Amino acid sequence: MNAVLVAVLVIPALGALASVVIRSDRAGRVAGTVAAALSLVAAALLAVDRAPATGDRLSPWHQVDVAWVPAVQLRFHVGVDGVSYPLVVLTALLTLLCCLYSLWQVPGERNGRQLVALLLVVEVGIVGVFLALDLILFFVFFELVLLPMYAIIAGWGGPERRAAARKFVLYTLFGSVILLVGLLVVVTGANTADLVTLTESSTLGANAQRVAFVLLAVGFAVKSPLWPLHTWLPDAHTEAPTVGSVILAGVLLKMGTYGLLRIGVGVAPDGARWASPVLAGLAVAAILVGGLVCLAQTELKRLIAYSSVGHMGFVLLGIATLTTTGFQAALIGNLAHGVITGLLFFLAGAIKDRAHTGDLGQLGGLRETAPVLAGLLGFAAIASLGLPGLAGFWGEAFAVVAAVQRGWPVAAVLAALGGALAAAYFLRLLRRATHGPAAPAVVGLSPLHRFELAAWAPLVLLAIALGLVPALALTPSAHPVRGLTAVTHAD
Amino acid sequence: MNVALAAAMPLAPLAAALVGFLLRSRRSAAALAITATSAALLAAVILALRFDKPVSDGYRAADFVDLTVEFGVRVNGPTTLMALAVGAVALAVQVYSVTYLRDDDRYAPYAAQVSLFTAAMMTVVVASDLVQLLIGWEVMGICSYLLIGHDRRLPEAPRAAVKAFLVTRVGDVGFLLGIAVLGYHAGTFRIDDVLAHDYTGAQLTTACLLLLAGVAGKSAQFPLHTWLPDAMAGPTPISALIHAATMVAAGVYVVTQLFPLFAQAPAALTVLAVMAAITMLLGALAAMAQADIKRVLAWSTVSQLGYMTGALAVKAPGTAMFHLLTHAAFKALLFLAAGAVIHAVGSNLISVTGGLRRSMPATFAATTIGLAALAGLPPFSGFWSKEAILAAAMDEGTGPGWLVYVAGAATVALTGWYATSLWLQVFLGRPRSPAADHAHEPGPAMRYPVLLLAVPAALLGFAGLAGGFVDRLGPGAEEVGHLSAALVVPLGLALAGAAVAWVMWRRGRAADVPARALLADAFHLDAVQAAVVSRPVSALAGAVRRADETAVDGAVLGTGAAALRSGTVLAGAHRAALPRAAGAALGGALLLGLAAILLEWVR
Repeated sequence: MNAVLVAVLVIPALGALASVVIRSDRAGRVAGTVAAALSLVAAALLAVDRAPATGDRLSPWHQVDVAWVPAVQLRFHVGVDGVSYPLVVLTALLTLLCCLYSLWQVPGERNGRQLVALLLVVEVGIVGVFLALDLILFFVFFELVLLPMYAIIAGWGGPERRAAARKFVLYTLFGSVILLVGLLVVVTGANTADLVTLTESSTLGANAQRVAFVLLAVGFAVKSPLWPLHTWLPDAHTEAPTVGSVILAGVLLKMGTYGLLRIGVGVAPDGARWASPVLAGLAVAAILVGGLVCLAQTELKRLIAYSSVGHMGFVLLGIATLTTTGFQAALIGNLAHGVITGLLFFLAGAIKDRAHTGDLGQLGGLRETAPVLAGLLGFAAIASLGLPGLAGFWGEAFAVVAAVQRGWPVAAVLAALGGALAAAYFLRLLRRATHGPAAPAVVGLSPLHRFELAAWAPLVLLAIALGLVPALALTPSAHPVRGLTAVTHAD
Repeated sequence: MNVALAAAMPLAPLAAALVGFLLRSRRSAAALAITATSAALLAAVILALRFDKPVSDGYRAADFVDLTVEFGVRVNGPTTLMALAVGAVALAVQVYSVTYLRDDDRYAPYAAQVSLFTAAMMTVVVASDLVQLLIGWEVMGICSYLLIGHDRRLPEAPRAAVKAFLVTRVGDVGFLLGIAVLGYHAGTFRIDDVLAHDYTGAQLTTACLLLLAGVAGKSAQFPLHTWLPDAMAGPTPISALIHAATMVAAGVYVVTQLFPLFAQAPAALTVLAVMAAITMLLGALAAMAQADIKRVLAWSTVSQLGYMTGALAVKAPGTAMFHLLTHAAFKALLFLAAGAVIHAVGSNLISVTGGLRRSMPATFAATTIGLAALAGLPPFSGFWSKEAILAAAMDEGTGPGWLVYVAGAATVALTGWYATSLWLQVFLGRPRSPAADHAHEPGPAMRYPVLLLAVPAALLGFAGLAGGFVDRLGPGAEEVGHLSAALVVPLGLALAGAAVAWVMWRRGRAADVPARALLADAFHLDAVQAAVVSRPVSALAGAVRRADETAVDGAVLGTGAAALRSGTVLAGAHRAALPRAAGAALGGALLLGLAAILLEWVR
């Protein structure tokens, strides 16, 4: 199975290469899509033939550990466990759906095979982040994502794409620098970069842990993004092409929350415990600010982008509680947000491409002219507001439960009110966009294409499946999560 | 077997809903919805017949390590009765809708939404876990949102739909927190375990008060009642569904199921008593001044729900359950009959009806039974259940008990007034419009559900005389089926109210209620809600958006601009002509040399 582990990284890389090398645009796109499909198969296969859990804390199902650059002690150490597995599969799935979508449509019909190649490089980076068990390797993958994503926004985005792409790259680069310092504090302090060793027994002193955790948390907070470090996100989303937004919201942000949980909490548990009230405060602020801004927002994609700030606030609140309930809520919340917001951005893209506007004042009456599109938008909005029975519910409701458990009633109440706020702004969105008489902008829309429906259907099904069978996401991560809280509660 | 039957009650309509959303054809949508609802009702009937002892079963659905969530079923006496009511009303609504929405091109999704609604309510009824219950609870909320907003010709429909979901969702903030408190302290969300857990008084009071917020939202209790009258924008069969056996019934039903907790939280019960007293009077007063048939019925629901919560507040959950069931029967009947009237005259307004007893005799007879039950006249069902509630309130004897009794007795008089007045204005006298002149009975699919519902609306009260039925209602049903001399007071008040309405009608002043504008607008509570909640939140949202764009993002852009400026300044300093550059280089070298000498000297 270790070969599969490597294949998950190598297949998309080869696919990217193939789609650039192949001369014909069409064939290049197809080659890339095939590679994305193969890597999804490989990712799914990782659940087969798992190694029995050995350690108490981090025991990968499969792992590969070889020296890479001995001079700087860099090892190619990758592995998968119940925390990373669902995220790896989600990344592979969303990349495949974006490639499928790009088979049908590329903004401005410019160089579709290059876009597909960049998507696959981004996939390599994100999957690498989720698989890396070496801190330096983690950072390498973390940075690998940055430039292709920049190119996607700057190359295929909307009218203000260059400014948005520049802001995205500079802002997250700033976060990366702080993250790198944090990682180096850990590596030099503990004299190892191996995540398994570091998680099993932390040799860092209390002060080193605090310094490390703060640096790591700020670095990851930029990526997640955590309020008030979020302002790159709305611009990037508004200008990014549809597939860019889907990948950005769907899985790229998860690198931040995953890193915070796996490295921040795993490596510096004392630091995490020390800083957790502040983190929780910021998370609650993110929930409320995100919700209120959405309530006053007039542009479709910006609204969805700000809703992400609120949703990631719930995920960070779950992590900040340092309870198993909170961690589990954060993990399923991560997945749910990836599925639902991915779908929302697909739909917003479909609407903007057809109506040529995302202004809520000019949309209206969509259910009169495009009932299927309006119905899907309604479904996605309802899923995103955290309706019980759909995927979004578990993460948000149990972040609140975890806050109660941790003894933070004020945070619990405010977060729960944030949930009501989410209902307010999503229903406002639906009322503006879908109800009432048809606005001129939505008259005569082209019908939905089968490639669009094919790209959306898996996300709709996943939103329902994760809602009704949350065990899909929660059961694999139960063991590692127990290990993580054992770290934070060990005195 | 009983477990499987109980599981089938939500699962059959759920399956129909999921498939139904993909259907286009009207005929297959109707067939699917009616088949699935019939299956749920059949399961409920068999379960009610087979039921002998409470059962509970489930599987672990979500593992949060410290806490787990179970999906399962939990069946007891009240469950079997509630399931029967839900199944029967849902089936009546599905059959009725086939005709009522004959010309609607969005019938297929509508039928699927009604199925989902039924599944959600059945989930609440049989849930064995609080989180599972919450799922049904909120899915019902979203179904009411979808269905209230169904009618595209009504400009107010989208607004009413949003309002219904948001107001109940605000209450649900409390409900979720209450569940979190209960689950955290008990270490589980299983209802049986939660009921068995030994909480401290403070924990119980907190949890019960939080749960009451959710109950107030769903069961339209003051101050969260404002959504229910506006929900009339939905198609009439949906009003019947929401008002009778689902949605508003859910709040009351959940309290009866969790009553052992509430019984130990007297503060929560006192709050509930106050809420109930205000709600029943407010609803009845507002009902007196409405010009729209459906709004009269809607406000009467608010008022009747006040009786149910009042019964809960005086520790008589079984009696509350009894009134819930009789109300479900007569209110579903009244709405479906009102739908027939609206269908016939083409308007909701009372002023365009009149004299319909001749042209619509079946509807007239059924509505007469329904209104008599609503007014609490013997021997119709509402009489027995309302009587039992007032007797229980009197027996309670404490402050909350008397509060509920006095408010309940006053409400009886008001109810007698508005029920009689509605009956007289719609069915008696002369037709007051050409449409009323040419009115006729609707087709069989709309007529038979109404006539069938008339049977329980008339006779369900007598079930209170059967011991087996009273046992099914659960604890706190001691007053059910026992009549005492004290019933003279409410009965006298109801008849007095009716008499006043008759006199006013005879003088042609049936609609001349004192302070009409104030009552019709229900004491302007909507405006208060807008001023206290909606507008401040909107203003805050605007301010936060501006702050986020100018201050938070401004700081980021400012940092970027400042870095660029300082870069330009430094670059400018480096762009110098040769003499100055050479001078600077020499100066630098000199400075370094001096520093080296100085350091050497210090050593």
